[in-house]
Amino acid sequence: MNPVSAMNPIYRRRKRMNSLMMGVSTGALAFGLFWLIWIVVVLLWEGASALRPSLFAQMTPPPGGDGGLANAIYGSVLMAGAGTLIGTPVGILAGTYLAEFGGRGWLAPATRFINDVLLSAPSIVIGLFVYAIYVAQAKHFSGWAGAVALAIIVVPVVVRTTDDMLKLVPNSLREAAAALGAPSWKVVTMISYRAARAGIVTGVLLAIARITGETAPLLFTALNNQFWSSDMNRPMANLPVVIFQFAMSPYEDWQRLAWGGATLITLFVLGLNIAARALFRK
Amino acid sequence: MAPRDIPGAVTDHAPKPFMPRKNALMDAIFRNITRFFAFLVFSLLAAILVSLLIGSMPSIRKFGLEFLWSAEWDPVKEQFGALVPIFGTLVTSFIALAIAIPVSFGISIFLTELSPVWLRRPLGTAIEMLAAIPSIIYGMWGLFVFVPIFQERVQPLLAHTIGKVPGLGLLFSGAPMGIGMLAAGIILAVMVIPFITAVMRDVFELVPAMLKESAYGLGSTTWEVVWRVVLPYTKVGVIGGVMLGLGRALGETMAVTFVIGNAHHLSASLFAPGNSIASALANEFTEAVGELYTSALIELGLLLFLITTIVLALSKLLLLQLAKGEGTRT
Repeated sequence: MNPVSAMNPIYRRRKRMNSLMMGVSTGALAFGLFWLIWIVVVLLWEGASALRPSLFAQMTPPPGGDGGLANAIYGSVLMAGAGTLIGTPVGILAGTYLAEFGGRGWLAPATRFINDVLLSAPSIVIGLFVYAIYVAQAKHFSGWAGAVALAIIVVPVVVRTTDDMLKLVPNSLREAAAALGAPSWKVVTMISYRAARAGIVTGVLLAIARITGETAPLLFTALNNQFWSSDMNRPMANLPVVIFQFAMSPYEDWQRLAWGGATLITLFVLGLNIAARALFRK
Repeated sequence: MAPRDIPGAVTDHAPKPFMPRKNALMDAIFRNITRFFAFLVFSLLAAILVSLLIGSMPSIRKFGLEFLWSAEWDPVKEQFGALVPIFGTLVTSFIALAIAIPVSFGISIFLTELSPVWLRRPLGTAIEMLAAIPSIIYGMWGLFVFVPIFQERVQPLLAHTIGKVPGLGLLFSGAPMGIGMLAAGIILAVMVIPFITAVMRDVFELVPAMLKESAYGLGSTTWEVVWRVVLPYTKVGVIGGVMLGLGRALGETMAVTFVIGNAHHLSASLFAPGNSIASALANEFTEAVGELYTSALIELGLLLFLITTIVLALSKLLLLQLAKGEGTRT
C-alpha cells in the first residue's frame, strides 16, 4: 500500500478491525477443536486401563465385583443390528418414493419436510413413543422395543441420504434405460440404486453410528439386564444404558467399566464416521 | 445394432411387445410399496403426537393448563407442574446458543474465507466429529472431567468478576458446585456447535462469488465482506441454522442429565442445579409409580416434542426460503 493510505486513520482502523476479527475467527476454530481433542484424549487415557480382554469376555458384575461388559456389548450389537435391519429397508423405500416417484404430488414434499423434523427430534421422545405403543401394550420391557426405537431413529437418516443420493443420479441415465424399454421398477433397482450405491451405504453407516451411542430411547424400552440374554422379548443389557448406570454409581469398579465402554463406543462411532466419509468420497 | 435385435422392440414385423402387461403390474406394485413407506414416514410425526397426547390425558384432565406454570413437583402428593423443567430447558438452551452462535460463526468464517483449501476438509471433518460423539460420552466426560475443573477454576473466577456487578451478579451467585445449569449450558454449546457450523458453512458457500469479488474489488477487508455482504445475503439461512441448533439443544438428554444436578427448584443463579424436561424424563420415568406420575412425565415429553417440532419446522422453512431465493437473485 502506498504511504498515504497507510497513514489514513480510517484505513488503519478498518485494517485493525479486520485482523482482530480474523484472529477471533481463528480462535473460534481452536475453541471447537480444543473440546474434541480434550474429550478424545481423556477417553484414550481413561479407557487404556479399562480396555482389557476381560471387558469382552465377562458379564457385568455386581457392585464391587470384577467383570466385563460382554452381555452389554452383545445386547447392543443385537439391538443395533435389528434396528438397522428394520429401519434401512423402510428408509430406502420411502427415500425412493421421494426422489423417483414423488414428482408433483403433495406427499413427497410433505414427507421430506416431516422427515427433516424427525431427523433432529429428541431421541428421548422416540423412547416415550415406543414405550406408549409397545412396552405399555406388551406390559414388559424388551430388546425388540429397543430395536424398534433405534429403527425409528435410523429411518430419517436413511430417507434423507437415499433421497439426496438418488437425486444426484443424472436423469440421462434413467432416460437411456427407459429408452431401451426398461420398466420403471427396473430403472430404479438396476440403474438408480447402482449409481447411488456408495451414497446410500454411507447413509446406512452414519445411521448405525448414530444409534450405537443412543441411550435415551433405550432407557424406557430395552431397560437393562445383568445377565447374558439372547431373548429379544426380555429386557436386554446394552452398552449405553450400562455406561449410564455405572458412571452414575459410587463404585469405582463400575466407573472404570463405564470408561471402558465409553472409549469402546466412541472409537467405534468415530471410526465408522470416518470410514463412511472415505467411502463416499471414493 | 439393428432394431430387430433388441428384444421387445417394436419393429414393423415384431409380433407384439411382450413386456407391457407384467411390467405395468410390477411398476404399480413397486411404486405403491415405496409410496406406502413414504406415507409411513409422513404419518410418524402425527403418530408420535397422538400417542403422547393419549398417554398424557390423565395429567391433562387433572391439572389442565396450570401444569404449564405450576412449579410444584411432588410425586408423593401427586402434584405436578412443568415450570421447573421448562425453565431449565430454556435456560440451558439459551446459554448454549449464546456461546455456540459466535463460535460457529467464527469457525464458518475461518473455513470459508481464511483456511487454505487443503486444510478445509480435515478441519471441517474434525468439527463435524463433535456431532458424532454420543451424548452419553459428553455427559460422562462432563461429570468426571469438566465439572471438577469448572468448579475449582472457572466458577470462582466468574463469581469474583461478573458476580460483583450489581444485577447481573445474581446470575453468578451461590456456591460453586460445578454441576448446574451453567455447566449443562456450556456442554450443550459444544454439542450444538457442529450443527450450526454445518448450516452456516453451507449457506456461506451459496453466496455468488461475483458479489464477494465485487466487494473485494472495491477494497473491502475480509471482515467487511463477511459482515456486509455474506451475512446480509445469507441472513435467513443463518437464522435457520441457529434454530436447528436450538432444536437440538432443547431435546438433548443424556449429557444434560449427567451435569444439570436434577433438582426440582427454581433459582435465578446459573450456578444452581436445575432440571430439564429431557433429564427429568431420563431420571424419573422408569421409576415413576402410579398412572398420574407416568402421565405427567409423558405430558412433559409431549411439551418437549411440540416445542422442538415448532422450532425445527421454523428452521426448515427459513432454510427452504433461502434455497428458493437463490434461483431468483443474481
